[in-house]
Amino acid sequence: MHTILSKETLAPDVVRFWIDAPPIARKRRPGQFVIIRISEQGERIPLTIADADPAAGTISLVVQGVGKSTKALNRMMPGEQILDVAGPLGQPTHIVPGMSICCIGGGIGTAVVYPIAAGVKAAGGTVTGIIGARTSDLIILSKELSAVADPCLITTDDGSVGRKGLVTDALKHLLDTGFAFDEVVAVGPLPMMRAVCDVTRPLGLKTVVSLNAIMVDGTGMCGGCRVSVNGEQKFVCVDGPEFDGHQVDFGELAARLRAYRDDEALALEQYQQRASV
Amino acid sequence: MAKKIGQKTKTPMPTEDAAVRRHTFGEVALGYSAELAIQEAARCIECKNMPCIAGCPVEIDIPGFVRQVAAGDFDGAYHTLSLKNVLPAVCGRVCPQEDQCEQKCTLGVRFEPVAIGRLERFVADYAAAKSITNGAGVRPPTGRKVAIVGSGPAGLTAAADLAKLGHSVTMFEALHKPGGVLMYGIPEFRLPKSIVEREIDSLKRLGVDIRTNHVIGRTFTIDDLFNELGFEALFIGTGAGLPHFPKIPGINLVGIYSANEYLTRSNLMKAYRFPEHDTPIVRGKSVAVIGGGNTAMDSIRTALRLGAEHAYLVYRRSRDEMPARAEEVEHAQEEGVDIVLLAAPVALLGDDRSRVRTLRCVRMQLGEPDQSGRRSPVPIDGSEFDLDVDTVVFAVGQGANPLIRSTTPDLPTNKWGYIVADPDTGVTQKPGVFAGGDIVTGGATVISAMGAGRRAARAIDSYLTLIAKEQS
Ligand SMILES: Cc1cc2nc3c(=O)[nH]c(=O)nc-3n(C[C@H](O)[C@H](O)[C@H](O)COP(=O)(O)OP(=O)(O)OC[C@H]3O[C@@H](n4cnc5c(N)ncnc54)[C@H](O)[C@@H]3O)c2cc1C
Ligand SMILES: Cc1cc2nc3c(=O)[nH]c(=O)nc-3n(C[C@H](O)[C@H](O)[C@H](O)COP(=O)(O)OP(=O)(O)OC[C@H]3O[C@@H](n4cnc5c(N)ncnc54)[C@H](O)[C@@H]3O)c2cc1C
Ligand code: SF4
Ligand code: SF4
Ligand code: FES
Repeated sequence: MHTILSKETLAPDVVRFWIDAPPIARKRRPGQFVIIRISEQGERIPLTIADADPAAGTISLVVQGVGKSTKALNRMMPGEQILDVAGPLGQPTHIVPGMSICCIGGGIGTAVVYPIAAGVKAAGGTVTGIIGARTSDLIILSKELSAVADPCLITTDDGSVGRKGLVTDALKHLLDTGFAFDEVVAVGPLPMMRAVCDVTRPLGLKTVVSLNAIMVDGTGMCGGCRVSVNGEQKFVCVDGPEFDGHQVDFGELAARLRAYRDDEALALEQYQQRASV
Repeated sequence: MAKKIGQKTKTPMPTEDAAVRRHTFGEVALGYSAELAIQEAARCIECKNMPCIAGCPVEIDIPGFVRQVAAGDFDGAYHTLSLKNVLPAVCGRVCPQEDQCEQKCTLGVRFEPVAIGRLERFVADYAAAKSITNGAGVRPPTGRKVAIVGSGPAGLTAAADLAKLGHSVTMFEALHKPGGVLMYGIPEFRLPKSIVEREIDSLKRLGVDIRTNHVIGRTFTIDDLFNELGFEALFIGTGAGLPHFPKIPGINLVGIYSANEYLTRSNLMKAYRFPEHDTPIVRGKSVAVIGGGNTAMDSIRTALRLGAEHAYLVYRRSRDEMPARAEEVEHAQEEGVDIVLLAAPVALLGDDRSRVRTLRCVRMQLGEPDQSGRRSPVPIDGSEFDLDVDTVVFAVGQGANPLIRSTTPDLPTNKWGYIVADPDTGVTQKPGVFAGGDIVTGGATVISAMGAGRRAARAIDSYLTLIAKEQS
C-alpha cells in the first residue's frame, strides 16, 4: 500500500501525485517507470516516475486521464492508498556525462522527458527543451523543464502560448540557427515522435523515443509489450522503454495500441455512468 | 505378505459435463466423496517394497496415507501427507502422476495403478473443509534472516520449511499476488485460485513475511538483499517465465499472444470477468494454440471458456510425443478442441487493421530420432494450408528471465541463462545464494520445483548453522 501524499492539477485531466514508495525512490533512475494497480479489480498500468525524492522516500507520477484506470486514479485524494506499486522498471536512460541533448515533450510526454532532462543536467550536460501541446492549457511542467533546460521553447498548435506551430518546427528552427546536439529525446504521441524522427533521420542525428506499449507484468514475462526495432523483436518493459527512434516500427506499435479499443471504450462508459450517479 | 488384488481399475472421478464446463471456469474434476475415496484406497495392496514412494519427488509415505484413508482416518492421512508435502491440494490436482508415483505403482503393471493423486486431493480438501491446519513442529526462532525470491512452488516450499526450522523468512515476489505459475498460469478450472490462496495463508501463519510488487534485480538487487537488508542466505526460485515466439512473418499482429500473456490476463487479472475486472482480452471466435504441453492445453481450454467456437491445437509431432498429461488432452478433446497434428506455423496474415486473420501452417512428417530420442519433425514441401483465426496463442516453451542474471554478474548461469546450482542442495557459485525450480532446470513440474525448494531449505539450514558456529 502506497499513500498519496499530495495531488495537484497541472492541466485539464492531468494530475501530479507524490506518493510514498521508499525503496523505489532510492533505486530509480531517469527513464524508469512503475506499474500500479489501484483496486482488486484493477488492471496493471505503467506510469513513468516523473521525479523522486530519495531522502523523503517519495516519487511523483504525472497522470493523464485517458481511460477508466487513469481517470479513476486521478480522482483519488491525498491520504488514500494505491494498492500496488512495483518498480522501478525498465532500463534507465543512457546518460553520457557532459552530453548535449534536446528534450522534446508533447503533451503528457513532457512528464516522461523531464526526468531525462534533469538527469542529463545533473551529469553535467547541456539541455535544450521543447514543449508542445494543442493549446496553452495543456502545456505542463514548463517551469520544471525550464529550470534544467536553456533555452526551453514552447509551441502550441493555436499559438495561445509560445510559438505557433509544432515541436518539429521549433526543432528545425534550432537546428537552422546553429544548435548542435549529441542526441534528441522525443516523447509524446506516436505521430509526434515519428515526425521528429523524420526531421532528424536525414541529418543522422541520434533520436531516442520512449515507447508506451500496452503492458501487463512489466518484467519480461508476457511479451505483450513487444515491438519491432530494426527488424528485431524487443520487449519495451525490459529492453526499453527507450529505443532508437529511427529503427522503431511505429506503424506496428500504433496498431498494437489499438488492440483493446472497443473494450476500453466500454469500460470507460460504464465507469463514467457509475461515477455520475 | 501383500493384500489381495481387488478392483482392477481406478474408481472413476466425477467430472463436470463437457458440454457445461466448456463455457465456465468452474473446476472440471469434482473430486471423490468419502465413500469413493475409501473404495479407491482399499485397492492398494500394500506391497512390501513400496515402489510408489520412489516415484514421488517429495517421498510421501503413500501406502501409509492410503491405508489411513481406507480406514476412514482422514485426519491421520492428512497428517501423514503434510509431513512431506506443503501443497497437497495442489499436487493432488496437477502432478503428472502417470509419470511419477502412479507410474511406479505395482498394481499398474497389470491393471490400473492406485489413484494416488485423487486420494491426495481428497484428503487435502477434506482437511481444508474442516479447517485442519498442519501444526507440524516449528523450531524456536533462530534469529537468522533468509530471503526467498519468487513465490512459485519452489519458493513456497523453501519458505515453509525454513520457517518451520525457526528462521525468519521474507519472500519477495514481482507480481501483486504470490503463487507463481499456480496463480498466473494454471487456470481456475484445473486449480481453483482459492486453493492456492489457502496454501499461502498457511505460509503466513508460519510467520513468513510476503512482500509482493518487489522485482528483484530492480527494487533490490541480490547484493542489496545481503548488504542493505541484512539477509544471510537467499533462495532464488524465479521460474522460467520468458516467453518464446517463433521468428515468422506477422508474429506481432494484434490478437497474437504468448501463453503467458493469455493465461495471465485470464487467470491473474481475471479478464474473463471483464468489464467487472478492468483487464481486457481478445475473445476470439476462432482460436489456434501452438504447442503440445500443459500450457498449450490450458490456453486452448481457456479460449473455449472465453467463447471460442473453433478451437485448434496445432502440434508439430504426433499424439504420442505430446508432453501434456493424457488426462488434459482427453479433457480438451471432450470439450471440442480440434487437434491438428504434424503441423507447424509458417506465417500469420492480418487484415487492414493489423488483426490476425489467417494462420498459415505446413504439414510435417517425422524423421530420424534426434539426440533426445524423439523423432524430429520435418516440413513437407508444398503442403501449406490456412486456418481462419482471430486469436493465436504460442505455447512453445519458455526461457530464463534475464533480470537477475544481468544485475548479478557473479552468479554463473548456463548457456540458456539458467542458474547453475547443485541439484542436491541448490548451492550456487555465489556464497549464500541457493536456487531451485524452473530457473535451474528449465520448465519442469510443480512437484519437482517443490522438491528443489525442500532440498535447498535443508542446505540453507546447514549453511546458517555453520555461520552461527563461526560467529560464536
Ligand atoms: C513505459 C510507459 C510509461 C508511461 N508513462 C505514463 C505517464 O507518466 N503518464 C501517463 O499519463 N501515462 C503514461 N503511460 C500511458 C498509460 O500507461 C496509459 O495511459 C494507461 O495505461 C491507460 O489506461 P486507462 O485504463 O486509463 O485507459 P484505457 O482506456 O484502458 O487505454 C487508453 C490507451 O492507453 C493504452 N493502454 C491501455 N492499457 C494499457 C496498459 N496496460 N499499459 C500501457 N498502455 C495501455 C492504450 O493505447 C489505450 O488505447 C505510460 C505507458 C508506458 C508503457
Ligand atoms: C500454463 C502452465 C501449466 C502447467 N501445468 C502443470 C501441471 O499440470 N503439472 C505440473 O506439475 N506442472 C505444470 N506446469 C509447470 C509448473 O507450473 C512449473 O514447473 C512450476 O510452477 C515451477 O515452479 P517455480 O517455483 O520454479 O517457478 P514459478 O511457478 O514460475 O514461480 C516463479 C515466481 O517468481 C517470480 N519472479 C520471477 N522473477 C522475479 C524477480 N526478479 N523478483 C521477484 N520475483 C520474481 C514470478 O513472478 C513467479 O511468481 C505448468 C506450467 C504452466 C506455465
Ligand atoms: S506429490 Fe505428486 S508425485 Fe507425490 S504422491 Fe502426490 S501426486 Fe504423487
Ligand atoms: S505401489 Fe501401489 S499398491 Fe504398492 S504400496 Fe504403492 S500404491 Fe499401494
Ligand atoms: S509487459 Fe509483459 S513482457 Fe513487457
